[in-house]
Amino acid sequence: MIDALLRSLIDGLLLGFVYGIAAMGLTLIWGVMNVINLSHGSLIALGMFSVYYLFIGLGIHPYVALVLTAFIGLIFGIIIYFIAVHRVINAPELSTLLATYAVNMMILGVGTAVFTTTPRNIPLELGSIQFGSTVITTTRLIAALVATLVAVGLFLFLKYSRPGRYIRAVTDNRDAAEIVGVPSAQVLALTFGLGTLLAAISGGLIATFFPFTILAGESYELKSFVIGVLGGLGNPVGSLFGGLILGVIEGLVPMAMPTTWTPVLEFVLFVLILLVKPNGLFGGEE
Amino acid sequence: MRRKLYLLLGLLLVASMVLAACGSKSSSSSGATSGNAKTVTVTIGFTQSKTGKYNEESTRQSDGLDLWIKQVNDKGGIKLGDGTVVKFKTVSYDDESSGDKVQQLYTRLITQDKADFLISPYSSGLTASAAIISEQYGKIMMATGAASDSIFSKGYERVYQLYTPASHYLTGAVDLLKSLDPNVKKVAFVYENSKFSTAVVKAAKEYAAQQGYNVVMFEGYDKGTTDFGAFINKIQDSGAEAVMGGGHFQDGSTLARQLYEKKLDIKYLALLVAPPDPSFGDLGDAALGVVGPSQWEASANYSPESAKAAGLTWFGPTSADFVKAYKAAYNEDPDYHSAGGYAAGLVLQKAIEDAGSIDAAKVKAALDKMDILTFFGHIKFNTTDAHGLQIGHSMIYIQWQKKDGKLVKEVVWPKEGATAAPLYPLKH
Repeated sequence: MIDALLRSLIDGLLLGFVYGIAAMGLTLIWGVMNVINLSHGSLIALGMFSVYYLFIGLGIHPYVALVLTAFIGLIFGIIIYFIAVHRVINAPELSTLLATYAVNMMILGVGTAVFTTTPRNIPLELGSIQFGSTVITTTRLIAALVATLVAVGLFLFLKYSRPGRYIRAVTDNRDAAEIVGVPSAQVLALTFGLGTLLAAISGGLIATFFPFTILAGESYELKSFVIGVLGGLGNPVGSLFGGLILGVIEGLVPMAMPTTWTPVLEFVLFVLILLVKPNGLFGGEE
Repeated sequence: MRRKLYLLLGLLLVASMVLAACGSKSSSSSGATSGNAKTVTVTIGFTQSKTGKYNEESTRQSDGLDLWIKQVNDKGGIKLGDGTVVKFKTVSYDDESSGDKVQQLYTRLITQDKADFLISPYSSGLTASAAIISEQYGKIMMATGAASDSIFSKGYERVYQLYTPASHYLTGAVDLLKSLDPNVKKVAFVYENSKFSTAVVKAAKEYAAQQGYNVVMFEGYDKGTTDFGAFINKIQDSGAEAVMGGGHFQDGSTLARQLYEKKLDIKYLALLVAPPDPSFGDLGDAALGVVGPSQWEASANYSPESAKAAGLTWFGPTSADFVKAYKAAYNEDPDYHSAGGYAAGLVLQKAIEDAGSIDAAKVKAALDKMDILTFFGHIKFNTTDAHGLQIGHSMIYIQWQKKDGKLVKEVVWPKEGATAAPLYPLKH
C-alpha cells in the first residue's frame, strides 16, 4: 500500500509540474491584464499540434520542436493581443472575456475543420526508469524537468530583466507605470504573448505522452482555473504549487475511490477555496 | 415580338419535357423499364464517423460496404426471379461520432433521401440511436459494428445484428487464459464507461467468477481518458495477474502503451476492439503479447466445404477473395470492421435474393429465416425473445506476436482456428 501511494504520488507530482506551467500562462495574463483568457485551452491544443506537425511533417525532434513551438506561441499571442484584446483592454472585464472566447471559438472551428477530431499520438519512445517497484516514464520525467526550467526562467525574467520589471510595474499600477514612461501597450502584448507561450509549451509537453485532439485543451483549461484559484490568480509561482497540489490529488484520490470522482473533488476544492480563501492558498490577505 | 414569345414558350415546353423524362430515369428505387428487363436502383442509407473518436473503425466499415456495392453493381446487380435487376447506390453523411447527429441524419436518410434499406453507424451507442429512428419508420437496418445485446431487448422487429453480441465478447479470453495457466486466479477488469464495453465486461466478469477467478478490480474509466496512471497503480496494487477490458481503439491502445511504459508485471492482457486493428501494431513492443477478440480475421477458415460439413448454405466470396479485392481497392489489409461492413451488404443481398423482391416485408421474412455461412462466419438471427440478435456468429481471439522480428497478428483461440501457439506469459 505504501508502495502504491508512493507511485501515485510521483506520477501526480510529475504531471503537476506540467499542469502548473499551463496554469501559469492563464494566471500571468489575469494578474497583469485583468483578462480571463478563455482561449487558453485551444492555445494549449495548438501547442500540441505544433509539436506534432513539426515532428511528423518535418522530422524535427519533439523537444527541439517544443522550442520552436514556444517561439511561435509568443508571436501568436502578441498577434492575438493586438487583433482581439487591445481595443477592449480598458472596457469592463466582460468584454475581454467575450473577446478571448471568440478567439477560442475561431481556433476550435478552424482547427476542427483542418485537423478533424481524430485523436493523434506523437510516437516518441524513450522508455522508462525503474526504482524498486516504481517506474517513471522518461517522457513524463523530461516534461517535469522542462516545466521546472520554464518556471524558473519565467521567475528570473520577471524579477531581473527590464521587460520583466515593466510587466511587474504594469501589474502594480498601470497608470503610474505609463507616467514614468513604461510603454504599456507593448508590455501588455508581451504578457499575452508569454501567457500563450506557456500554454503552447504545456500543450507540447502533454502531447509527448498523451493522445490529443484539437478539443483536448478544454480539460487542461479547466484544470488551469482550479490551479489558478489554488495558487492565487495573478501569482505565477503559486500556480506551480497549485499544479503540484492538483497533480497529487489526481494521483492519490483514485487509490481511495473510483477515478471518476477525481474531477468532482477537484471542483469541490475549487469552490471551497473561493469561499474561504479567495486570494488562493498562497495569496496574501486583502 | 409575339412570334418570338411563342418560340420561347415552345422551347421551354420541350425543355421541361426532356427534363421530366431524365428525372424519372434517375429517381431512386422507382424502376426504369427498358425492354423486358426492369432495373431498380435501391438506395442504401447510413452514416459514417468521418470525424470524432470512431473515425478509424467507422471508415473501415464503410470501405467494406462500398466494396460490396461496387462488386454487386459491377457484376450487373442482383437478378430476381421475375427478371428484375436490382442495383444499389448509397447515401451517407458524417455523424461526427455523435448520437444526436445520428438521429437527425437517419431521419433525413429516410424522409428526404428515400433510403430503402439502412446500414447502422459504427458502435453500439450510435446504432442504438439510429435503431430508434429506423424502427419508427419501419425500415430494415443491418446493424454492423454494434455488439451490444440491449439494442435487441427493446422489441425492435427490423434491426438485424451481424456481430457476435457483447455478452460473448470476452468469455473466450477467459477460456484461453484458463487453458494457458490454471494457476492464475486474480483478474482485473478495467473498461471504458460506454454502453458496449460495460455490457462486455459485466458478462465476462460473471463468466470469470463462474470459472473460479477472483475479480480483484472492476472499474470503469471515462470516455476520452488519456491518463491511465492512476489505474495502472491500482492494478499493480490489486495484485492482478491478468488484465481484461478496454473499450475502443484510442483508449485501448493508450492503455496498452502506458501499461508497457510502466512495465506492469502482469501475465495476460486482453483488450477489446483495439488489438485486432492493424494500426495497433504501430505501438511496437507495447503490442507484443496483447490478446484481443475479433469478429473476423482474414486467416479464419470458413469455406464452402466447412459450410457443407456444418450443414449450412454457403454464400458470397471466400475470405481470400474478399481480402484480395479489399487490398486492391484500398491498398491496406481489411480488419473485422471492414469485413463487417461488407458482410452487412452481403447478408442484405442474400435476403433480397431469397425474397425475390425488394419489398420490406418479404426481405424481413427472408432475414428471419436466414441460416448461412459466409466468409464472415455463421449468420443466424434470434426471432423470438430478442428479435434480430445474432446467434450464429462466434468470436476469434488474436494475439500480437513477433515473427522474424516483425509484429504479426496470429489467431490463438479457438484451438481449431489457431494459426500459432499463444505467447505466454506477457513480458513487459
